[in-house]
Amino acid sequence: MELHQMGVTELAAGLRKKDFSAVELSDALLQRIRKSQDAINAFISVSEELALAQANAADQRRAQGDANPLLGIPLAHKDIFCTRGQRTTCGSKMLADFISPYDATVVQRLQGAGMVSLGKLNMDEFAMGSSNETSFFGPVRNPWDRARVPGGSSGGSAAALAARLLPAATGTDTGGSIRQPAAFCGVTGLKPTYGRVSRYGMIAFASSLDQGGPMARSAADCALLMDAMAGHDALDSTSHPQGAGRFSAALGRNLQGLRIGVPEEFFGDGLDPEVAQAVQDAIQWYASQGAEIRPVRLPNNAHAVSTYYVLAPAEASSNLSRFDGVRYSHRSAVSADLQDLYLQSRYEGFGPEVRRRILIGSYVLSAGYYDAYYRKAQQVRALIREDFRRAFAEVDVIMGPATPSTAFALGAKSADPVAMYLADIYTIAVNLAGIPALSLPCGFSKDGLPIGLQIMGDYFADELILGLGDAYQRDSDWHRRSPSGEGQ
Amino acid sequence: MDTEIVKRIAHLSRIALPEAELPQVADQLERIFALVAEMQAVPTEGIEPMAHPLDLQQPLRPDLLRQECLSREELMASAPHAQDGLFLVPKVIE
Repeated sequence: MELHQMGVTELAAGLRKKDFSAVELSDALLQRIRKSQDAINAFISVSEELALAQANAADQRRAQGDANPLLGIPLAHKDIFCTRGQRTTCGSKMLADFISPYDATVVQRLQGAGMVSLGKLNMDEFAMGSSNETSFFGPVRNPWDRARVPGGSSGGSAAALAARLLPAATGTDTGGSIRQPAAFCGVTGLKPTYGRVSRYGMIAFASSLDQGGPMARSAADCALLMDAMAGHDALDSTSHPQGAGRFSAALGRNLQGLRIGVPEEFFGDGLDPEVAQAVQDAIQWYASQGAEIRPVRLPNNAHAVSTYYVLAPAEASSNLSRFDGVRYSHRSAVSADLQDLYLQSRYEGFGPEVRRRILIGSYVLSAGYYDAYYRKAQQVRALIREDFRRAFAEVDVIMGPATPSTAFALGAKSADPVAMYLADIYTIAVNLAGIPALSLPCGFSKDGLPIGLQIMGDYFADELILGLGDAYQRDSDWHRRSPSGEGQ
Repeated sequence: MDTEIVKRIAHLSRIALPEAELPQVADQLERIFALVAEMQAVPTEGIEPMAHPLDLQQPLRPDLLRQECLSREELMASAPHAQDGLFLVPKVIE
């Protein structure tokens, strides 16, 4: 098998057996990345020199007996994670020239495990989008069909994995930003339990919903990444003291007696029949392995999108107030006084979708509207969490589609924010509750587009859902299929 | 959602929206709030608002200087205009 087709686990074995070096591996992938850039646009920055230096250091560590399973494995970070001494743009003109003075905890931990960072991945501006079309650095194209979107906001991560540019990537998920692009690109991504992965150095969008997570081509590879990524971080006040886990040790699970809940709310109007069929087939596979399938109700999922589009913009309007044109962001050249400097810099630096969400946030938090919108949404959020609580008293996991459709065409929804927001109808409730969920490939449409199964777990069931994804992938090959020409 | 409201929240947001963009933005916000409006029908009396997924106490640490602080120079390196360790802004007081 060629190097670029191998996953983390296979590459780790190859490095261990000295079939190839970390330098050879990174070099091969950097060449593919260079060639793919015009067609896919998955990267915002490629750091060849740094990557080769890190790969060299990994080879030396190995020569000295270091046996970390991630040693010498290449990855790239979504450009929302701060990387010391490197440009960190968050997909925005506002931060187009920002050089981070420090590393995000996730970056530091994966580097500490010996991973080699190839660069920074394209994304929707400030992670606000479901198609990667809001990036200041241009849209990412789906390697399965370049006229289609890769999903968003972690679209660069998902497209790079599908195009076999790298075996692993980081992503972040505020309302589906790991799971939806994973589904659209036929890769595997985990949105961990809120608080298990540090948010330090991850540019904030909506702090009570944001969670970083791994993206790869299998659940087993995501588990290896989680081993290194997760864990308590004193630099993040919302980091959970028991966040760490041995995720890769939880793989290879027996499915006998497992109780799987299937919510009827996830199979209603608006769901593409091809997606419904592939997801039902995957659930039937679990049944054939001894799992018990039970209907569950999540009645308040119907309110998830509206709740989210009050709460996430409210938090965003507060978080993004730091971009003032003075300290580290785009500064307007036309401003006459300080007030004007703020106003102009923020108009010029933010794109239309980010501006729109800041406006929504300011509105729902302003005097006279706070109770009707913000407080009300927080109450509905409590009901959404209660739905999951009730369901998880009856079942171990919940399964359904990750997205209502396969990848849509570039431009199809970019003029209609509401249509775009509804693309996240199956992923948002998970963030509102704070529970973990995995998205993994479970089939293809007639047009040859990937379809994603979503497995949701209770708080701290990350190990369980990764294990269930891994069990399915040991008996299916959807996740091994690659786009013809791989987008090049 | 009329253009006057959009103007007001644009100012609260410190974003200089040009007059010409106001009608389109008002229209888009109108449609977003029409989507959000369905939430109003959900009965929530007596429901405690949920601000955060984790019911954790905020951890406290001793109020001491951390050893590994970044230098002022590093922290200010990305400032668009700075001089002598200070951020420069347009003159505020004549």
